Amino acid sequence: MDLTLIICLDILNGIAMLAMISVGLAIVFGIMGVINLAHGEFLMLGAFAATVSTNAGVNVWVSMLIVAPLFVGIVGLVVERLLIRLLYGRMTDTLIVTWGLSLFLVGAVTTLFGYTIPGISAPLGSVKLGVYSFSAYRLVFTGLTALTFLVIWSFLKYTRWGIIARGTTQNPEMASALGHAPHRVYAITFFSGSAVTGLAGGLIAPLTGVVPTMGAIFVAKAFIAVIGGGAAIVAGTFAASSFFGAVDTLASFVWTPVIGQAAMLLAAIILLRLLPRGITGRFLERRI
Amino acid sequence: MRDVCNSGTLFVVGVATAIAVLIPQIVNLYLVIVYSNLAIMALFALSLAWVWGYGGILCFGQSAFFGLAAYVYAVSVINIGESTAPFLLAVLVPTVFAAVIGALMFYGRVSDIYFAIITLCVTLILYSLISSTAGPQFHIFAARLNGQNGISGFRPLNLPGRSDDVLGPVESFYVCMTFLIGCYVALKFLLSSRFGRVVVAVRENPVRAELLGYDTRWTRTFVFTIGAAIAGLAGALFAVWGTYVNPSLFDLRMAALVIIWVVVGGLGTLAGPMVGAVALQYLGNVLGKQQLANTGMIYGFLLIVFVMLVPQGVFPTMQRLISRWSLRRSQYEMKLLGDDISKGMQGR
Amino acid sequence: MSITRRRALVVASSAGIASTFDLIPRPSLAADEIKIASILDESGNLAEWGDPMAKCMTLAVEEINEQGGLGGHQIKYIRYDTQSNDQLYAQYASEAALQDQVSMVLGAITSASREVIRPILDRYKTLYWYSTGYEGGVCDFNTFCSGTTAAMVVRALIDWAVPALGRKVYIIGADYNAPHATAKFIEAYTKQDGGEVIAQVYYPFDVSEFGDAISKIQAAKPDIIYSMLIGAPHLGFYRQWAASGMKGKIPIISHFFGGGNEEVLLTPEEGDGIVSCYGYWEDIDSPENKAFLERFTKRWGSNHPYINAIGMGGYEGTKLWWLGVQKAGTVDRVRVIEALRSGISWTGPSGNIAIDPQTNNVIRDVYIARAKNRRMEIVKRVPGMRPLFTEQYCNLIKHPTTQTQYLP
Repeated sequence: MDLTLIICLDILNGIAMLAMISVGLAIVFGIMGVINLAHGEFLMLGAFAATVSTNAGVNVWVSMLIVAPLFVGIVGLVVERLLIRLLYGRMTDTLIVTWGLSLFLVGAVTTLFGYTIPGISAPLGSVKLGVYSFSAYRLVFTGLTALTFLVIWSFLKYTRWGIIARGTTQNPEMASALGHAPHRVYAITFFSGSAVTGLAGGLIAPLTGVVPTMGAIFVAKAFIAVIGGGAAIVAGTFAASSFFGAVDTLASFVWTPVIGQAAMLLAAIILLRLLPRGITGRFLERRI
Repeated sequence: MRDVCNSGTLFVVGVATAIAVLIPQIVNLYLVIVYSNLAIMALFALSLAWVWGYGGILCFGQSAFFGLAAYVYAVSVINIGESTAPFLLAVLVPTVFAAVIGALMFYGRVSDIYFAIITLCVTLILYSLISSTAGPQFHIFAARLNGQNGISGFRPLNLPGRSDDVLGPVESFYVCMTFLIGCYVALKFLLSSRFGRVVVAVRENPVRAELLGYDTRWTRTFVFTIGAAIAGLAGALFAVWGTYVNPSLFDLRMAALVIIWVVVGGLGTLAGPMVGAVALQYLGNVLGKQQLANTGMIYGFLLIVFVMLVPQGVFPTMQRLISRWSLRRSQYEMKLLGDDISKGMQGR
Repeated sequence: MSITRRRALVVASSAGIASTFDLIPRPSLAADEIKIASILDESGNLAEWGDPMAKCMTLAVEEINEQGGLGGHQIKYIRYDTQSNDQLYAQYASEAALQDQVSMVLGAITSASREVIRPILDRYKTLYWYSTGYEGGVCDFNTFCSGTTAAMVVRALIDWAVPALGRKVYIIGADYNAPHATAKFIEAYTKQDGGEVIAQVYYPFDVSEFGDAISKIQAAKPDIIYSMLIGAPHLGFYRQWAASGMKGKIPIISHFFGGGNEEVLLTPEEGDGIVSCYGYWEDIDSPENKAFLERFTKRWGSNHPYINAIGMGGYEGTKLWWLGVQKAGTVDRVRVIEALRSGISWTGPSGNIAIDPQTNNVIRDVYIARAKNRRMEIVKRVPGMRPLFTEQYCNLIKHPTTQTQYLP
């Protein structure tokens, strides 16, 4: 009984992890169609921001929930103004620019901070479950992920900005004719997507090794989750993360972690083969 | 035939042949080895230039065929001993593999970014699985797969049938350049044929092509397979060049690099990506020898600057400059003619 | 604008072409210079190892040059940054051997990259020095391995841990060659010391979620956890272990921990108490080490990351090779190899290192250390550890043409 509960918690955690690192990318890709190959590095910047500010004395929650998103959001805004804005509609050029950006960011952070910076511990303690004990912070992480998704969803559905963003996604010219300049919408979108990614980075900082090259392992997974999810930003990413995260964790538990990874990738292939427009291309259509 | 013999193609073939013939005479042995590597990477870029630029299929996993061919060569040559059959096998396996995957995907109407992600998943699966083959139980007959350490020190190419006549660096360079030029010319021929036009039509407007009666699924599968065969050829040549294979040939970096090369060189041309591959590989080589600043930082910065300054890539930009120059020249000649005419008329 | 771009393209391509033909004049190397090269990852994923190695090697070269070099010939040290890309290993190895014609290459951090350049340097007859600790088994007349071998550190660690901490060992490792190979040693030595390995699990490099791993360990209730995890994502195991409240409940030993300065990356709450074993720690208390650290700080500043055994490898390898050169009186490869195999031994910051002529590996001191407050405190020094696995299979005295790696 305990074991089943633990497995369920592990699966929830795996899903939350995948969802959290992907949703920022989903926002940017979903609304702007931009493939940001520097996504992993934005996560890294968030983790670094949280770590450096906590080491400097700021409260760890403030670092993770406020400093990290703000910092990466501003970086995203700068990147958007300087680089992305010049490349609207040129997907292939955006690929190179963001790839170059990712190399540059890794190099820059290494030059500024070196390879080893002191890390930060996960706050909160642990909870006991029979013979098992589980990290309380990871439970909170799962909760915060759900909260983030809820906030993004409500924002897109109910607020004026959300409607403008969705309108611009569907038909930029029309939205522009109605008085909402697309480039402003895109700037705010990129800021938001980067901020959410920064938040994700900050939240994972106490759970993994924070080094300049940490972003690389997240990029592929995030892309697979976002594309597998389909057009809908929140519903798609949520659905894809749930499916892939569950497959990965479960297969890792039952067999070996290598099988878990391969299973997740295979699941993605099969999913995209059967649902060629992603999950929300078929189910949950016209959801956000 | 006339389509192939246009000035652009002839120029490229001419330059490449000149390089192939002259380089070993001029430069030292080490640089010949470097050039072989550049030729192999150019061939690899050519495969994606074909699939993406002309086929319109974004393949994020071209490295899968590259790495697979390299591994097949390594494993076969350890088991068989003589290199001809392993080399052929190394090109064949990824071709068949691509045909199967391509058919599965294209007949399911998967396209665009979704197809790209599937190919990415394929190359990452290969990476995951091969990385974890470290134990002694993972072997194909006599060849241990050896996980992350990979397989190294196996035999390079020998003359077909004469197993002791191993090719040296200069001969290997000739082989690489021959394959490079050969594939380029072959693709140009293919493009000028009826099939080539269908390929471009499918890329431009698949719905219209379908409505006109062409089977886009079969066309795409075939294009994809040819691209994989060329990538496989590059992979086999790479195994011969480096005498090592390891899982890093399948990773995300390799998959992204070839895409970067194609875009830098010019998506939509065949020669551009070859130049892009050579230039960027060379840049990486050179940057690794400086200690001014972090290599990645400089490389990334240069990439960004490049895209800003040279949109659409090297080759299309050069083509535009050349055509603008020749337009200016013909405008100038027209002006001279006009001056002559008006002088003549005044003189009367 | 177009004129500027055109000019830029023309200039850039001419420069590019000219440099490929080596028409750009290079600063000419003095004819009486001794050249050595390092081929290391100084950027990219593996930069945290390559950079300290290059810095230590620079220090070693400068010390040798200060002491006069060899009969007035100074060492010229050429650095190659392979950018964590194995292809560049193949390329730079060829360049160092054929173009620069160096007398020694110190290169490769991972075993994968070592196996890329070892055959190439064999082919082009350039002496190869591999200084990083590894799984053992390299048996190659042209190659010297001065790092600790897995069998040596596992022996030391298990001999200390099993009697002190308990019988049941649970192995958790990264999924690549070294951990799989090393697990065999752990099993064998644990059994010899009266214990047993109750489970082995392996995780790919990019797994950062260890919830299921922790649950499995909690269920298995081992006495000792032997960790062979490596890299930043795997750090997540130690962090999530501590976050689950398991810190201190089951002791963790690992001869991988510390190689990536994990004790600094983790907080003291997460890291304290983890025991590791390497050939060198900054915290070794010996006059040679104190002197070395002073010189290093003077050369590279005091704000340097913790120097671990891998970084130190750059220093050790260069110094050991130089002993061979001095004994031979020349940099000629065959004579230096003869000299190195004739009984070279050195006492440096890492204690005693002697070259074993049977295997071209080394017999050296290893140090068991415990993480404390982001540093390591030495628990035990184990002198004279031999390359236990390699010497079972490798005999270069009888078969000097061997060029391979034996794998368990």
